[in-house]
Amino acid sequence: MRKILYRDIVEATAKACIEANIIASSDLIEAYQRAITKEVDELSGRIMHDLYENAKLAKSHHLPICQDTGTAVIFLEIGQNVLIDGGFLMDAFQEGVADGYQKGYLRKSIVSHPLTRKNTGNNTPAVIHVDIVAEDVFKVTVAPKGGGSENMSRLKMLTPSEGLEGFKEFVFETIRLAGPNPCPPIVVGACLGGNFESCALQAKKNLLRPIGQRHSDPELSILEEKWLEEINALHIGPQGFGGKTTAFDVHLEFLPCHIASMPAAVNLNCHVSRHQQFEL
Amino acid sequence: MEVIHLQTPLKQEDVKGLRAGDYLLISGIMYTARDSAHRRMIEALDNHRPLPIPLPGSIIYYAGPAPAPPGKPIGSIGPTTSYRMDSYAPRLIEEGLSMMIGKGSRNKLVQQAMIDHEAVYCAAWGGAGALLAGCVKNAKCIAYEELGPEAIYELEVENFPVMVVNDTIGQDAYELMGGQQ
Repeated sequence: MRKILYRDIVEATAKACIEANIIASSDLIEAYQRAITKEVDELSGRIMHDLYENAKLAKSHHLPICQDTGTAVIFLEIGQNVLIDGGFLMDAFQEGVADGYQKGYLRKSIVSHPLTRKNTGNNTPAVIHVDIVAEDVFKVTVAPKGGGSENMSRLKMLTPSEGLEGFKEFVFETIRLAGPNPCPPIVVGACLGGNFESCALQAKKNLLRPIGQRHSDPELSILEEKWLEEINALHIGPQGFGGKTTAFDVHLEFLPCHIASMPAAVNLNCHVSRHQQFEL
Repeated sequence: MEVIHLQTPLKQEDVKGLRAGDYLLISGIMYTARDSAHRRMIEALDNHRPLPIPLPGSIIYYAGPAPAPPGKPIGSIGPTTSYRMDSYAPRLIEEGLSMMIGKGSRNKLVQQAMIDHEAVYCAAWGGAGALLAGCVKNAKCIAYEELGPEAIYELEVENFPVMVVNDTIGQDAYELMGGQQ
């Protein structure tokens, strides 16, 4: 048995919320830089330059890169031999999120009820996904997710006869319908297969993969490269005003599914693709 | 890129002369309002109660700021997606609102209201909240404080950068420039 202290989880979660929202990861910084060199037109070049400056300014002035500091989405990988000492594991994450959003001057964007819409005041509840794994791992990814890009995400229960073409059509239709709304350049997380809920969750998990990192399966890796090129040929461009960079990357996954089903999910992320990891 | 400087309150002839694709630097006053604040303003109009902000010559900025850290007037403050305000916007435009700032496309009803009543819609860069916060010199909450980030803030801005998306002659910058049908 390995013991992990409740307090340590609270503190590490709070810190990860703040850092994820204020410090752009190196893969994102590189994506901005690559886009600046590609966007030779005056307007799209200016936009990419401004977005890059914004990320640098956020870090140096200790401000959130985007005011929408998101729903705090937490992915936990916990080994079956881990014991939490001093409190309930899920409370530790919620307390950490509340602390981090308060101390980091991050926006509190969560309402307690979809209709009455009263703000909870501390950005909880966080959305927490748990994977139980072997041994004594305790690995956490905090991925704040903005509302604008989340609203443009879609799921559809395709039929097996629609095949890869049906999946592609759905992904591209989603991107076209979203247009300027999800703050392009976007990151596309898409999944084919699984069931209703696992498909959507996998699409979201795909957004955690660093920009520029290809799938380990050569078939998917080739598909990602091809689709990225075609998405960028849509000419939606930075902020939807045209240009060569509609997406920074596309991350795909296939999952096993029922003989009757072929669900497809597309989770879009804005250019402020945020994820911060820690291990205890 | 040619830059047009605008000072609030906006004059009708300034608004009429703007064209989709124009790049503006705005100085003066703008008011933040998003989903819940819009719902309340429409309720106020329906019940013949006064609005917390003047509409003619005014700018509404679709934004919910991050809290102000010590020593700063406001936290990050980029635009939110505008289509969610489409169901409220025509009414405010009819009442004299001159400009909206947000990001993303507007529906046909909002575009028609802008033509009929001479208003414009502009986009600020989405996800550039830290950069845009630097243009805000003062900020104070003037209504619906209990809504938190959805409250109405009066912002005093200097050279706040936006691009005209929809003008008073029915043009749309996303269609003209961005491959949107």
